[in-house]
Amino acid sequence: MRKFKEFIIEKLILFCGLASILFVVLIFLFLLKEGLAVLKTVSPFGFLSGKSWYPISDPPQLGILPLILGSLMVTAGAALISIPIGVACAVYIAEVAPAKTKEILKAGIELLAAIPSVVLGFIGMVTLVPLIKNLFHLPTGLTALSGSIMLAFMAMPTIVSIAEDALYSVPKSYKEGAFALGATHWETIWRVMLPAASSGILAAVMLGIGRVIGETMAVMMITGNAAVIPNSILVPVRTLTATIAAEMGEAVVGSEHFFALFAVGIVLFIISFFINVTADLFLHKRQS
Amino acid sequence: MKRPHRTQKIAFLFLFLATLLIIVPVGLIVVVIIWKGLPAINWQFLSDIPRQGMRAGGIFPAIIGTIYLVTGAIVFALPIGLLSAIYLSEYSNDNLLTRLIKLSIVNLAGVPSVVYGLFGLALFVVFFKFGASILSGSLTLGIMILPIIITASREALESVPYSFREVSLSLGASKWQTIRHIVLPNAIPGILTGTILGLGRAAGETAPILFTVAAFYLPQLPKSIFDQAMALPYHLYVISTQVPNVDEKIRYGTAFVLLTLVLFMNLVAIIIRYKFRKKKKW
Amino acid sequence: MVKFEIHDLNIWFGSVHAVKEVNVEIQSNEILSIIGPSNSGKTTFLRTLNRLNDLNTSYKMTGAVELERENICGIDIEILRRKVGMVFALPLPLPLSVFDNVAYGLRMQGERRKKRLEEKVEEVLQRAYLWEEVKDRLSESAFKLSGGQQQRLCIARTLAVEPDVVLFDEPCSGLDPISTAKVEEAMLKLKQKYTIVLVTNNVKQAARVGDRTAFFLNGELIETNGTDKIFTAPDDKRTNDYIIGKFG
Repeated sequence: MRKFKEFIIEKLILFCGLASILFVVLIFLFLLKEGLAVLKTVSPFGFLSGKSWYPISDPPQLGILPLILGSLMVTAGAALISIPIGVACAVYIAEVAPAKTKEILKAGIELLAAIPSVVLGFIGMVTLVPLIKNLFHLPTGLTALSGSIMLAFMAMPTIVSIAEDALYSVPKSYKEGAFALGATHWETIWRVMLPAASSGILAAVMLGIGRVIGETMAVMMITGNAAVIPNSILVPVRTLTATIAAEMGEAVVGSEHFFALFAVGIVLFIISFFINVTADLFLHKRQS
Repeated sequence: MKRPHRTQKIAFLFLFLATLLIIVPVGLIVVVIIWKGLPAINWQFLSDIPRQGMRAGGIFPAIIGTIYLVTGAIVFALPIGLLSAIYLSEYSNDNLLTRLIKLSIVNLAGVPSVVYGLFGLALFVVFFKFGASILSGSLTLGIMILPIIITASREALESVPYSFREVSLSLGASKWQTIRHIVLPNAIPGILTGTILGLGRAAGETAPILFTVAAFYLPQLPKSIFDQAMALPYHLYVISTQVPNVDEKIRYGTAFVLLTLVLFMNLVAIIIRYKFRKKKKW
Repeated sequence: MVKFEIHDLNIWFGSVHAVKEVNVEIQSNEILSIIGPSNSGKTTFLRTLNRLNDLNTSYKMTGAVELERENICGIDIEILRRKVGMVFALPLPLPLSVFDNVAYGLRMQGERRKKRLEEKVEEVLQRAYLWEEVKDRLSESAFKLSGGQQQRLCIARTLAVEPDVVLFDEPCSGLDPISTAKVEEAMLKLKQKYTIVLVTNNVKQAARVGDRTAFFLNGELIETNGTDKIFTAPDDKRTNDYIIGKFG
C-alpha cells in the first residue's frame, strides 16, 4: 500500500518538475495563437518596420516601429545610467564597504528591488516629471528621459546584486596574488577582479536590461504614451509594453487590434527569451 | 609611489558616490511616501469603500481584492513549485531534460509582466472561459511567481546535508520517506522565505491583473472566485492616471498601504531567513 | 554458515575501475576486518554489500553478491538495507532527538506502538553501551551528545531495525581512544548475534577485533586469512609490507 502511494507521489513530482517547461511552451503557444492572426492584416515586415501605429483607424495601421524605437530609446537611456552606477555600487559593496555598512547597503538594495513598479511610477509622476518639465522648459515632463531615469532605478538592484555575486566568487587567490605583488586595492579591483568577474557582470547587465525592456507600469505613467517616432529624449514616447497595457482594455476580443497587441507580446517574449538565455549562458560559463 | 594611492582614493570616492546615488533616492522615496501618506491612514480609509468617484472614502475593496488574489496565487504556486523543486533537488540527473527545466525556469522569471497578462487573458479568460475573475487573476499571478518559489525551495532542499539522506536510506527507508521525514522538515525555513517573497511580488504586480481580474470600480466585495475584484496596485494606477482631481492625500495613502504591505512581507522573509541561518542545528 | 558469497565482483565509477575481480566469503557471526591503504577499494566494496553505491549515477557493477544464497540485486532494496546495516565513518545523527534517531528505522517500517518502540530503543541502546549515559536525555537533540556517544547512538540506531549484518566503515576515525575502545568492545559483543564487516585504516584495530582479515590494494583483494596468520605470516609479500608500514 505504501509503495503504491509513493509511486503516485513520485509520478506527481515528475509531472510538476516538467511544469516549468509546460508553462513556457503554453505561453508561447497562446501568444502565437492570437498574435499570428495579425498577419491577415499586415505582413511581418510591415508590422515590424511600419512607421504608423493607428490600430483603431479604418483600415488599421499596424506598424510598431515607433514602439520599438520608444522601447529602445528608454532602455538605452536606462542602460547608460544604470550600468556604470550599478557596477560601481556592486564594486563598492563587494570590496570597499566595511562589513556592517555592507549589510545595510545590501538591505537597501533589496528594498529597492521590492518596491512595486506602480509605486515607482507614481512617485516618478509626482516628483521626477515636473522636475524634468521645469528643468528643460518643456511643454510636458512626460518624456523618454524621465522614463530612462526611473527605469534605471528599477534595473540597478538586479545589476548590483548579480554583479556583486560575481565579484564575490572571484577566487581569493587572485586577490592575494595581486596584493603580494604590491598592487593597491583599487589596482587589484580594476586589473584583476573586474576582468575575472566579467562574464558574471555581463550577465548582470543583461538581466538588468531585460528587466527594463519588460517594465510596464512605470513607463506607462511617465513616458507620455505618444506612439510616434521620437526625435529626441525630451519628447513623449510609447514603449511596446505600455502599448499592450494601455490599449488592451479598449481592444475588442477577436479584432485586428486585439491580434496586433498579441503580436507585440510575441515580440516582447522573443526579446526577453534571448536576453535570458544568453545571460544564463554567461552565468554558467562563469560557474564552470 | 603616491600616485596609485591617490588614484585609489579618487576611485573609491566615485564608487561611494555611485552607491549614494542609489541608496539615497530609495530612502527618500520611502520617506516621502510615509510622510505624505501616513496622514491619510485612519480606520475609515482602510475600511470604507471608495466614494465620489474614488476621490473620497477608502480602499477597503482593493485591500480585500489583493488579499484574495495573493492567496489564490500561493494556493496554486506553492504545491506545484515545491514538488517541482523536490524533483530538481532529489530526483533529477545531470541531463538535457534537467537543463531544459532550469532554462524554462529562468525564462519564466524573465517574461515581462504584461506578457503574463496577455497569456492570462488568452488562456484563462478567453480559452477556459473563466472570464475576468479572481480565478483568472490568481492563476496568472501564480504562474508568474512559480520561479521564485521553485528557486528558493530548491536552495533550501539542497542545503540539507547529503549525509542525512544516506543515513536514512541505509536504515531501510524509501526515497520518499527520506524526503518527507528528513529533508523537507529541515528545508521549511527556506521554503517559507521563498513563499513570502512570492506573496510580496504577487501583491505588487499590476500588469498581470489588468486584463484578467482588475475592476475599475466595484463597491461590493466579490462573492466567488468567478467575480472580478479591485486590487491595490491597479487602484493606485487608476487614481493616479485615470481619475482627475483625486486628493493627493488619498493617492499617497494608497501608495503607503501598498508599499507597507509589500515591504512588510519582504521584511518577514528576511527575518525568517536570518533567524534560521543562525539556529541551524548542524 | 556462509552469510555473503561474492563472485567475480568488478566495480566501475565511470571509467575508473575501482574494484577488480574480487572473490570472497563472509561467515556468519564472524568479524571480518578489511585493511588496505586509502583508495584501495575497501569502502567501495563495503558499500556494495548494502547497495549504497546505487546512489551514485556513474556506478556500474558486474559479478554476483549473494546474501544467504540470494543475489542482492534481486532482493527488495529496502529489505536488504534493513538486513545489512551500516555505521559510517563520522558520527551522523539525524537532526532528531536521541529517541527519534534510534526509533527512526522502525517507524519508517510502520511501527507505531509506543511501548514496542520504547522497549526496542532501550534494548539497542544497552547493546551499544549507551543506555546509562542517555536514558534521561532521550528527548534531547542528538547533536548534544559527544562524538563517541553519537557514534554509539548510530550503532544503536542501526541495531534497532534488527539486521543480520552490520557494516562498519572506519567507525572510529573521528573518535578519541576511550570512545574507540568502547566501540570496539561493543563490536566484539555484537558478533554473538550479528555478522560484522569492518573497514579500517587502523591496522592494529583490525588485529584487535577481527576473526579474519582481508587486505585490499589498488582495487584488488590480495589476501584473506585468519587474523593471526595475516599478522604473523601472511601469504603475500605485499600484505606483509603494508602491515609493517613500508607503505601507507
